[in-house]
Amino acid sequence: MMSHNTTNDNDQAVAVRDVYKSYGDVMALRDMSLDFPRGQLTSLLGPSGCGKTTLLKIIAGLLSADSGEITVNGHPITGPGPDRAFVFQDFALLPWATVLRNVAFGLELRGVAKSEREAIAEKYITDVGLRGFENKHPHQLSGGMRQRVGLARALSVDAQVLLMDEPFAAVDEQTRRKFQEDLLNLVKHENKTFIFVTHSIEEAVYVSDQVAILLPRPSRVSEIIRPEGFRHKDADSIRRDSEYLDIVDRIWASLRTYVE
Amino acid sequence: MKIFGYQLPSLTSLILWGILWEIAGQLKLTFFLPPLSAIFSTLMEIGTSRVFLKALTETGYAFFAGTFLAIVIGIPVGILMGKSRLIDELLLPWVNMFLSAPLTALVPVMMVLFGFGMKAIILTTTMFAIWIIVLNSRAGVMHINRSLIEMARSFGATPMDAFVKVYFWAALPEILSGVRIGFIRGVKGVIIGQLLISIVGFGALFELYSGQFMMKHFWAVLIVLFSISFTIAEFLSHLERKVAYYAAQR
Amino acid sequence: MMRYRSYLLTFLSACIVFGSWEIAGRIPVSYAFPTFLETIAAFWTLLKNGTMFVAYFETLKPLVVGVLISSFVGVGIGLAIGLSRMSDWLLSPIFVVMQTAPLAALIPLLVMIYGIGLTSKVAVVIIMAMPVIVLNTGGAVRNTPVSIVEMAQSFLGTRRDVIFKIILPAASPIIFAGLRLGVSAGFIGAILAELKITPTGVGDIITYSRSIADYPSMYAAIMSIILLAVIFLNVLERIENFLFKGAKHVYASD
Repeated sequence: MMSHNTTNDNDQAVAVRDVYKSYGDVMALRDMSLDFPRGQLTSLLGPSGCGKTTLLKIIAGLLSADSGEITVNGHPITGPGPDRAFVFQDFALLPWATVLRNVAFGLELRGVAKSEREAIAEKYITDVGLRGFENKHPHQLSGGMRQRVGLARALSVDAQVLLMDEPFAAVDEQTRRKFQEDLLNLVKHENKTFIFVTHSIEEAVYVSDQVAILLPRPSRVSEIIRPEGFRHKDADSIRRDSEYLDIVDRIWASLRTYVE
Repeated sequence: MKIFGYQLPSLTSLILWGILWEIAGQLKLTFFLPPLSAIFSTLMEIGTSRVFLKALTETGYAFFAGTFLAIVIGIPVGILMGKSRLIDELLLPWVNMFLSAPLTALVPVMMVLFGFGMKAIILTTTMFAIWIIVLNSRAGVMHINRSLIEMARSFGATPMDAFVKVYFWAALPEILSGVRIGFIRGVKGVIIGQLLISIVGFGALFELYSGQFMMKHFWAVLIVLFSISFTIAEFLSHLERKVAYYAAQR
Repeated sequence: MMRYRSYLLTFLSACIVFGSWEIAGRIPVSYAFPTFLETIAAFWTLLKNGTMFVAYFETLKPLVVGVLISSFVGVGIGLAIGLSRMSDWLLSPIFVVMQTAPLAALIPLLVMIYGIGLTSKVAVVIIMAMPVIVLNTGGAVRNTPVSIVEMAQSFLGTRRDVIFKIILPAASPIIFAGLRLGVSAGFIGAILAELKITPTGVGDIITYSRSIADYPSMYAAIMSIILLAVIFLNVLERIENFLFKGAKHVYASD
């Protein structure tokens, strides 16, 4: 298993090279290059309009770049692929399907046999703490539980890269904190690369091995911060760690001029 | 409505109206309003008669044939409009026009083109029912949550899989509501057809009974017809409520 | 270019439809199917010799009277339904049943009661137009957002203030939409009355030209009434969009 604290230049799970993307006259991404080290969590942080969700969807293969290249494990991508799984901000669950079918849906689309995919789904339902809810429908669950379903679905296809688009934006603050702690555990124990879009500075610093700060007009990576000093601490004490607080303050100082 | 702290279900006031009707009928206030009890006993008499059953089958046949056509044509056309911008822009003005146009005016055209028989009545029913079905199917497809579409793509769904497993079900609540309103319009269409095109089915009974001033018979048939159409509407809105929870989520 | 795309396509679509109408008429698909140009010519003749104007004066009479009556009475009943639980319980079911029922079946009865004159026709328009007006008004009033009503109460608004300054303005977009749907249903009623009860106005042109097999005139009359209704309803919708910009258009019922 790859340790999440070691990294070298040759071990990038995802690499973005010179990507341009525009919508009509609006330039969303300009000459964007960024590396995502294997086994680590990288946040894309920035004010609205900085193109962070666009970049994530390009990596997912849901949008295509105008020019430039994205490689996953060294292979250029052409569209969505089994090496990446997406966690949606609004969960994107099938409202007419049970939790079990929702979690197994990614595998269902890949043609995995029913009994096999349901066994895998069961495992991840237990992992995310939803055991006993297998036969409920999404509308019977709280927002936080729905996102756990979305997470279990992404985990069950066993992709190496997990793409998360503001996954905790639509859940309440307390659930959100619990999620962040769970995410730290997930990064530690699963050998996966996480790419995480957020607009919360605290959240980014708390969960990330690497924070890429994106600025708008023109969209660019202004800074990459690696909050390493407190990674070994337990979930509770990080929020009181002085390095954590300093980094949060520093990022806010550089972003505040961009907030309308 | 609460009485003595007890919640009266909706529609119970119809019982009160029925009682008032009965009293007005017993008082012989007007020739046109016989007592409700007399109407129901007439209903028992004619309910099993050949004339009545024939009218029921004729009307039912025209109604189901007409709405069936509206559904099998309307839903695919609507889905196509929702998926293709070109087809949508070509058809939408016409669909909108026929949705609000007084379609009664087109019934004479049905008559001269398709004859004074069953065919024209069925097509009249279709004409009344189809537009709302097309429009709702279109809206259902267009309103599918974007992230559901992206979800299907990101997990590598084939177009066929995406359609069968995601799009159709996501659009289902709106399609169903189109079918419900289409059915209601279809009932109106079939009766208008039977009154204007050729005097068959329930239309014939209404003409017969009103022509001979048989008020009890007239009301009996009317009550049956209204109950049937109300039951169909309620049944479909029940179905719709069963899937409504997921319409709220987009 | 893109801005004109939709106009262009509408125009193209009209060309396709009228073109196929013309071709189908020339084949002809049926002896009772005139070409598009013949229909337009007949329309022009009817317009020029004044027949059309006389006819529409007749047709619009029951429509206008009926819609006016249904509007005033319908909005009144709707307000009562929306404001009082008692009248909601008492009256709503009647209009809900009317909304789903094929009310055309009542025409023979109306003829028996009111004869074959104007009164019957007005009555047909009323029974068609009223339910949708009542149900939309009732639904709109009942569903006034609770928060703004509570706001008014917390600033010590009286019941009267709440009704006239909060509920009515909040409900007016849907009430207006209900009125528009009422007009649409009224058109159906007016034409039904003229075709079923006694042929007058446009219904007379349709019935008469059918009986003498003057199909172009028949089609022209039908086309004119549909066009009139569609244009009028469109104008109403534009007014609605202008008056209630940004208001949510949620219809309480079909």
